[in-house]
Amino acid sequence: MSKPRDVLLDPLFNKNPIGLQILGICSALAVTSKLETVVVMALAVIFVISGSNVSVSLIRNQVPSSIRIIVEITIIATLVIIVDQFLKAYAFGISKQLSVFVGLIITNCIVLGRAEAFAMKNPPGLSFLDGVGNGLGYSIVLLIVAFFRELLGAGKLLGFTILPSTNEGGWYLPNGLMLLPPSAFFIIGLLIWALRSWKTDQIEEEN
Amino acid sequence: MEHYLSLLIRSIFIENMALAFFLGMCTFLAVSKKVDTAIGLGVAVIVVQTITVPANNLIYQFLLKEGALEWLGMADSNLTFIGLICYIGVIAAMVQILEMVLDRFFPSLYNSLGIFLPLITVNCAILGGSLFMVERDYNFAESVTFGFGSGAGWALALVALAGIREKMKYADVPAGLRGLGITFMITGLMAMAFMAFSFNGQDDDYYKPGCPHIYGHSHDAGGPHPGCQVLADPAR
Repeated sequence: MSKPRDVLLDPLFNKNPIGLQILGICSALAVTSKLETVVVMALAVIFVISGSNVSVSLIRNQVPSSIRIIVEITIIATLVIIVDQFLKAYAFGISKQLSVFVGLIITNCIVLGRAEAFAMKNPPGLSFLDGVGNGLGYSIVLLIVAFFRELLGAGKLLGFTILPSTNEGGWYLPNGLMLLPPSAFFIIGLLIWALRSWKTDQIEEEN
Repeated sequence: MEHYLSLLIRSIFIENMALAFFLGMCTFLAVSKKVDTAIGLGVAVIVVQTITVPANNLIYQFLLKEGALEWLGMADSNLTFIGLICYIGVIAAMVQILEMVLDRFFPSLYNSLGIFLPLITVNCAILGGSLFMVERDYNFAESVTFGFGSGAGWALALVALAGIREKMKYADVPAGLRGLGITFMITGLMAMAFMAFSFNGQDDDYYKPGCPHIYGHSHDAGGPHPGCQVLADPAR
């Protein structure tokens, strides 16, 4: 039985869902051109993943394994609808910016992956910690990517000017590439490189 | 007719599901090691996407949309909030039905696609296609075109990446970048190459010259480039 502390902290660097497991990249990258949207997205994902882990774990002994996937998907979809409605009610502007990507949390492989791999086999308490841990591991990568994209692309962080850009009379010439989709791929690639140079056991063998 | 052709081209190249919207990335990175399997998955995605987007379009038009239940005498109903759960249900059911039909009538195709079909249910490109269809309010014919186009665009990107990765076996990559890291870099370069399409044949109502990308689209959730004006999308 794994220790609660490991369950919570392992997904941050040792078993990062994006860096090592290639999970949940889908709906994530498109929201990273601004830090503000990323914070909202990260909170939404942490809520959905921990909620679904607890719910799946609570009913894990009652659900026949032949229909478990559809049960898991229904639970996840319900939680995502709650998040979506909540954002539409209290943060309409951000909900518009996130557009379809809130709905796409349903198909975020981390959520289903953790429900299937961890919550089906472990008690609710541990599953909750696993959910929060994986949510945080995902959020860290997103926050780092968004930090560089917004800082280098617009010279701002959370909307505040850090590097005054030339078209506002400052000295920094914004790097337009950083606001475009390809930059997110490059930053994640470099991030994985950095992570694997630090934790050398994660390097993939040549096949 | 021209409208549909332009929608088709746009959904395949300019608004490529994988390279411009980052959708279906997990499968995209995991199944792109060999060209053969990539082609199989690509075909499966095209088929499922061409069926589910129009199917969800019908559900949206006749059941969920505001006032859509008028024929039942409930003119002020608005069920759009349960949309997500309906679409994912339709997708899961369609994949299951398709699996059974292929198994019964086209066993050889079923055997070659076999393992990929269930994976498609959790492919965000499929759900994303349906959500974009709702957000952009496509009619039925447009949704068929968009479904096929977006599926084909995704398949094209997948097969191209698999081709590059097969060649990459002969490259000497730094240890930390091997595997996933370099694949991200390749995908980034491919995304840049595909961006070239959005500069071709610029339409002044649609693109503002000098702005790096198509704005006025819910494209990259960060909003417009500073100094670039947001223009309305005529297709909406």
